[in-house]
Amino acid sequence: MAEINKDLDQGRRSFLGSAGTATAAATIAPGVFLTAPAAAKPADQAVSSDNRWGILIDTQRCADGCNDCVSACEDENGWGQANTSEEHSNELQKSQWIRKVSLKEKTTGHVTSLPVMCQHCETAPCVDVCPTGASFRRDDGIVLVDKHICIGCRYCMMACPYKARSFIHEDLKDQKPWAPRGKGTVESCTLCVHRVDEGGTPACVEACTAENHEAMTFGDLNDENSIISRQLKEFGGKEIRADLGLNTGVRYRGL
Amino acid sequence: MSQRSLISKAALFLAAMVTGLPMLAHAGEVPYPTIIEPDQHFSADQECVLPEDEMRRNHMELILHQRDKTVHNGVRTREHSFEECINCHAIKGDDGEYLRVESPKHFCASCHNYAAVKIDCFQCHADVPVRPSKQHNQRSQLKHHDTLRTEKNLSSQTLKLLSTKGKL
Amino acid sequence: MKLELNYLETEGNSAGFWLLLGVLGILIAIGLGATYYMEHHGHHVTGMNNQIVWGMPHVFAIFLIVAASGALNVASIGTVFGKPLYKPLGRLSGLLAIALLIGGLMVLVLDLGHPDRLIVAMTYYNFKSIFAWNIILYNGFLAITIVYLWFMMERKMEKYYRSAGIVAFVWRLILTTGTGSIFGFLVARQAYDAAILAPMFVIMSFAYGLAFFILVLFASYSWTNRPLGDAIVTRLKNLLGVFVAAVIYIIAVYHIANLYATEHHAVERFILMDGGIYTTLFWVFNIGLGCLLPLILLYHPTISKSRGAISAACVLIIMGGFAHLYVLLIGGQAFPLTMFPGYEVSSSFSDGVINSYSPTIWEIALGIAGIAVTLLLVTICVRVLRFLPETLADSAIDPHAK
Repeated sequence: MAEINKDLDQGRRSFLGSAGTATAAATIAPGVFLTAPAAAKPADQAVSSDNRWGILIDTQRCADGCNDCVSACEDENGWGQANTSEEHSNELQKSQWIRKVSLKEKTTGHVTSLPVMCQHCETAPCVDVCPTGASFRRDDGIVLVDKHICIGCRYCMMACPYKARSFIHEDLKDQKPWAPRGKGTVESCTLCVHRVDEGGTPACVEACTAENHEAMTFGDLNDENSIISRQLKEFGGKEIRADLGLNTGVRYRGL
Repeated sequence: MSQRSLISKAALFLAAMVTGLPMLAHAGEVPYPTIIEPDQHFSADQECVLPEDEMRRNHMELILHQRDKTVHNGVRTREHSFEECINCHAIKGDDGEYLRVESPKHFCASCHNYAAVKIDCFQCHADVPVRPSKQHNQRSQLKHHDTLRTEKNLSSQTLKLLSTKGKL
Repeated sequence: MKLELNYLETEGNSAGFWLLLGVLGILIAIGLGATYYMEHHGHHVTGMNNQIVWGMPHVFAIFLIVAASGALNVASIGTVFGKPLYKPLGRLSGLLAIALLIGGLMVLVLDLGHPDRLIVAMTYYNFKSIFAWNIILYNGFLAITIVYLWFMMERKMEKYYRSAGIVAFVWRLILTTGTGSIFGFLVARQAYDAAILAPMFVIMSFAYGLAFFILVLFASYSWTNRPLGDAIVTRLKNLLGVFVAAVIYIIAVYHIANLYATEHHAVERFILMDGGIYTTLFWVFNIGLGCLLPLILLYHPTISKSRGAISAACVLIIMGGFAHLYVLLIGGQAFPLTMFPGYEVSSSFSDGVINSYSPTIWEIALGIAGIAVTLLLVTICVRVLRFLPETLADSAIDPHAK
C-alpha cells in the first residue's frame, strides 16, 4: 500500500464520516443502501462525460439568515471576507461567487431563501458568448473560466442569466493555490473543481451538511443510483429561469 | 548639406559609444543572475520534474501545455502541479517568512527580473506555499471511477467502514 | 458628360492646422494616460462594477463603430447605387469609415481587463460567439475599405472599384448586424434578447454615420476655404432626415412590441417612465433633441437652408445617438435580471434592485480619446493624400447646374 500523507488521510476520514452521515440521512428505507461517496478518478486521467456533477438545493430547509454556504465558499476559495487584499473595490465591485437570495412571492407573501451560484448549465450562455473560449464547459458538466485566456471583456457577465460571474477589479494577493484568481479576469463558482477532481464535495455542500441543515446535496447526475439522482427522481428539481431551456446542473426543490 | 551630415554622423558616433563602451568594458564577464536553489527534491531519484537544462529552456512550454490539461481536462498529477513547483522552490527570507514574488530573491523573480521577461502568473497564482506537498503521485485508493455505483460493487472495505459508523 | 475632378491635399502650414493637431494630440495623450491608470490599478478606479459591467467606454466605442459603418454609406451610394452627386465624396467617406472604426476599436480594446492579451483574442476563436465574429468582421472591414479606397484612388484599378464597393457595402451590413447582435443574442436581460436590435443598429449607423460625415465635410471645406456647393449639401441633409425618421420608426417598433407583452412591462416602465436619468435621456435627448428637433432643422423650408442649422442638426443627432446607446447599454444593465418572476427579490449581490452607475473621468477621457484618434487620422490623411476634391461647388460637380 502506498504511503499516505497524514493530512490527506485525515481529510479522507472526516469526509467519509460526514458522507456516511449524509448517506444515512438520505437513506430511503432500512437496508436499501444508496451509494458510496463520489469516487476519485486517478489524477492523471482526464474527466469524461460519464459524470455530470450537480447540486440539489432544498429551499424549504434553507434558513433565511443562514450564510454557512457563502462563508464556506469564501474560506475555501479565498474571496470576500477571506481575502483582505480586495480592499480598493467598492461593495458593488467586490467578487461574489455565491449569495443567499431572499424571495417574497408578491401575490401570497410567502417567503423563501436560497443560495444562488453558477448554475453550470448544459448550454451555458456564458460559454456561447466568450470570444476566446475561456469560458468553457468541461466534459463532466462543470462550467469554468480558463483565466489564462480570459481577456476580461466581461461579455459573459452580460450574458449570464443568473448574474453568477464577477470581475476582479484590482490586484490581489494571498490567493489560495487551488483557486487562482487575479485582476482583469472574470470568475465564478467552480463547483470546487479542485475538490471534485479528488473525489471531494464542494465546500458549500460540505458546510451545509456539517451543520446538519441538509439543504444541499452534491452528486453525479448521470448516475441514477447516486443520492442526488434518487432525490431528484422522488422530489423533482426545478431550474431557475427554466424557460431558457439551459438544463442547469444546479436544481432547486420547494420553489 | 555637409553640416547636416556632420551632425548625423556625430549623433551616430555618440549612440555607438553609449551602447558599445559598457560592453567593451565588461568584455569577458557575463553576469549571471543569483538563483537560490531549493533544498528539496521532487523525489528520491529526480531533482525536478525534468533535468535542469530542459527546465531552464522549456519550462514555459511545460506550463503552457500542462495548464490546459489541468484546467480543461482535470488532470492533476503532482508532477505537473504549479502549486507543487512553488512548494519546492519557495525560499524563506531572513525573517523566516516565505519570500513573495516582489522580492528579487524569489525563485521565479530572480531569473525573470534578470532576463527582463515579465510574467503574469502571480497575478492569479499563489507565490508561496499554503498547504503541505503531496508526497507521491496522487492516485486514487478506490477503484476506477465508473465501477463503483451500486451496492454490489462497493468494496468490502467501504461497506465495513460505513457499517461501523452505524449507518447500515 | 464625365466631370473632371481634381483631388488635392489640404494645406498643412497654417497655425489652425497645427492647433488642431495639437488639441487632438493632447486629448489622445490624456486618454492614454487614463488607460494606463485604469489598467495599472484595475477597474476599481472606474464606475463600472459587477452589476454594470459595460460603461462609458463601451458607449463611445459602440457609437464610433456604428458610425464607422454608416460613414461608408456615402461612398456606397455613389459606387453601388451610381448616384453621380455622391461620387466625389467617396474617398472622404472611406477614410472616415476607417478612422471611426480605428477610434472605436481602440477604446474597446483599451478597456479590456487584459488588453495585453489582444493576441489571444486574435488567435483563439470561439465561433459561436458573435464577439469572435465581430473581431473578424471589424478587421475585414478595415482591409476591404482600404482596398476600396485604393481602387478609388488608383486610376489603373478604376474598373474594379465597383466590385470593391459592393463587397464593402454588403460587409458593413453584416458587420452592423453583428454589432447589434451583441445585444440581440443575450437572452438573459429584459432589455436585450430582441432580434430587432440588429436592424436597429443598421439604421442607427445610417443616421449617425451620415451626421458625422456631414460635420467632417463642412469642417474640411470651410477650414480650408474650399467651396462646397448647395447641391451636395441639400442632398445630404435630405438623406439624413430620412435616416433620422427611420431611427424614430425602429425605436418605436422596438418599444411597442415590448409593451405588448406583459413580460416586458417592467423594463419598459423603467426606461420610459420610472428610470430617472434613463427616462430623461430617452425622451429628451434621444427622441426630442436627437430626432425630432433635427427633423425640423433639416426639413423646414427656410431654416434648413442655413448650414449652421444643418450643423446643429448633426450635432444633435450625434448627441441623440450617445443618449440612445447610454439608455440601451447602461439602462439595460441597470434593470435587474428577472430570475424569479412574480417575486420580490433581495440579496447581498444587488438582486432585485435597480443598479446605479456613475462614470468616472477616466472612462470619459478614454472615450473622448477615441473620437480624437478618429479626427486626428482624418486630419493627417487629408493633408498627406488626395482625399478631398479641390472644389465641390455646384458648377464643378453638378451636371445640371447653371
